[in-house]
Amino acid sequence: MPRWLAHLIVVVLFAAAIAVAFWRVGYAWNWAGVWDYRQKFVQGWLTTVGLSVAALVASIAIGGIAAFMLRSRQPLVEAAARIYVELVRGTPLLVQLLIGFYVVASAVGLENRYVVGVAVLALFSGAYMAEIIRGGLDAIPKTQLDSARAIGLTPGQTLRLVVLPQAVRIVLPAVAGQLVSLIKDSSLLSVIAISEFTLAAQEVNSFTYSTLESYLPLAAGYLTLTLPLAAASRWLERRFRYEAA
Amino acid sequence: MKLDVRGLVQRFTTSAAGGRPATTATVLDGLDLTTGDITALVLVGPSGGGKSTLLRILAGLDVPTAGSVAFDGAALARDEVGLRGYRRTVGTVFQAYNLFPHLTAMENLLLPLIHVHGLSPTAAADRVRGPLERFQLAAHAHKRPAELSGGQKQRIAILRALVIQPQRLFLDEPTSALDPEMRGEVLDMIGELRAAGTQFVLVTHEMAFARRVADEVAFIADGRVLAHDRTAAFFGQPTLPRLQAFFTGALAS
Repeated sequence: MPRWLAHLIVVVLFAAAIAVAFWRVGYAWNWAGVWDYRQKFVQGWLTTVGLSVAALVASIAIGGIAAFMLRSRQPLVEAAARIYVELVRGTPLLVQLLIGFYVVASAVGLENRYVVGVAVLALFSGAYMAEIIRGGLDAIPKTQLDSARAIGLTPGQTLRLVVLPQAVRIVLPAVAGQLVSLIKDSSLLSVIAISEFTLAAQEVNSFTYSTLESYLPLAAGYLTLTLPLAAASRWLERRFRYEAA
Repeated sequence: MKLDVRGLVQRFTTSAAGGRPATTATVLDGLDLTTGDITALVLVGPSGGGKSTLLRILAGLDVPTAGSVAFDGAALARDEVGLRGYRRTVGTVFQAYNLFPHLTAMENLLLPLIHVHGLSPTAAADRVRGPLERFQLAAHAHKRPAELSGGQKQRIAILRALVIQPQRLFLDEPTSALDPEMRGEVLDMIGELRAAGTQFVLVTHEMAFARRVADEVAFIADGRVLAHDRTAAFFGQPTLPRLQAFFTGALAS
């Protein structure tokens, strides 16, 4: 059976099960009310795309830097990165957003809630990214570093030509998974009144009282972002694939 | 090459952790070794005796705790930058090949030429073409290490060390990780290089091969050179009981 057919069959069966569930509940649909607010969805979706892309790039940069700090031999550097990672991973994003916006940002006079939102989201995701990247760097065998030194590479060349190309392959699936999480986590930015996709759905719901008609497009909208990301990750994985030798 | 090693000491200290006290292991314990002006030096001895540690120091990969090493009167640097410069003039081959798994065999050969020795990609490709054909590896040049046999991997690793035109090679048990049928092809390659006058220091358990290619052989155990002589004399009438026992064991294995 070709893969596309297998996927199609599973999707159809799953959709049928959902449809049966809705039919048994006897839900009275009212799409017309929600349709009037379609512009709001589009704007919210575009804002989510923008916020996610910005936080995504920043979180990879933060995670990369923190990963190297975690591996540092300087106790202070290592401790700073370790405490950052554990504090962020051990507390809810909701709390981080509220403290980040109402306390930290206010204290330093930063008023643009979009900048604060992206920064908090990037720091949150960066902590997970740091552990993923550190794991990837640690997975490169010491013998590879021996080999790089033996042929006379500088530490910078070793990182660029030997370590990173191998680490990328190792961390790719986990990084893609983390990016998918980041896109969904951006929905929490609604609590600091950023009019992103989720806030748009909440508002439409409060205008129309059509809860499912407001939130089903929300789910579909996130899938338009996360599914291509997952597909891109699988494609990259195939491109980088080689057996460990 | 004329090697002069004096009072070489190598200690490894593990730091204390989790209630475990720090420990110190002395792997080389005041090792002295002075050779004549020779082409091939072979180091033999029991596992854990210090011969691989010595080779890593000779290859500029590790800095000894104490003592000095000189090749042809030139002392080895002790700082990383100086040692990196030295490593660029020699070739090192490891027991486990250590090819870069994300690169093809060809790219493994080109990488040091382009990034360390500054050759253009075209000049580097020209440089490796002849050696690849000479050792029947041209057909495998486009393969990644995972697609190569152990013998092919090790021969590519030897070529990678060779194409930079090093002053000499350091080979650390190059056949120990290989199946018996693949050892031959790697030993043949080293034998060919020996015949062409390539200088090398080789750590091996292959006594018959050592006898064939070595100018001098040193027996290293307990971090010292316990016996060292011209090859014929070394294998002639061993008087040292440790060496007799080692030969008997090596032949039996």
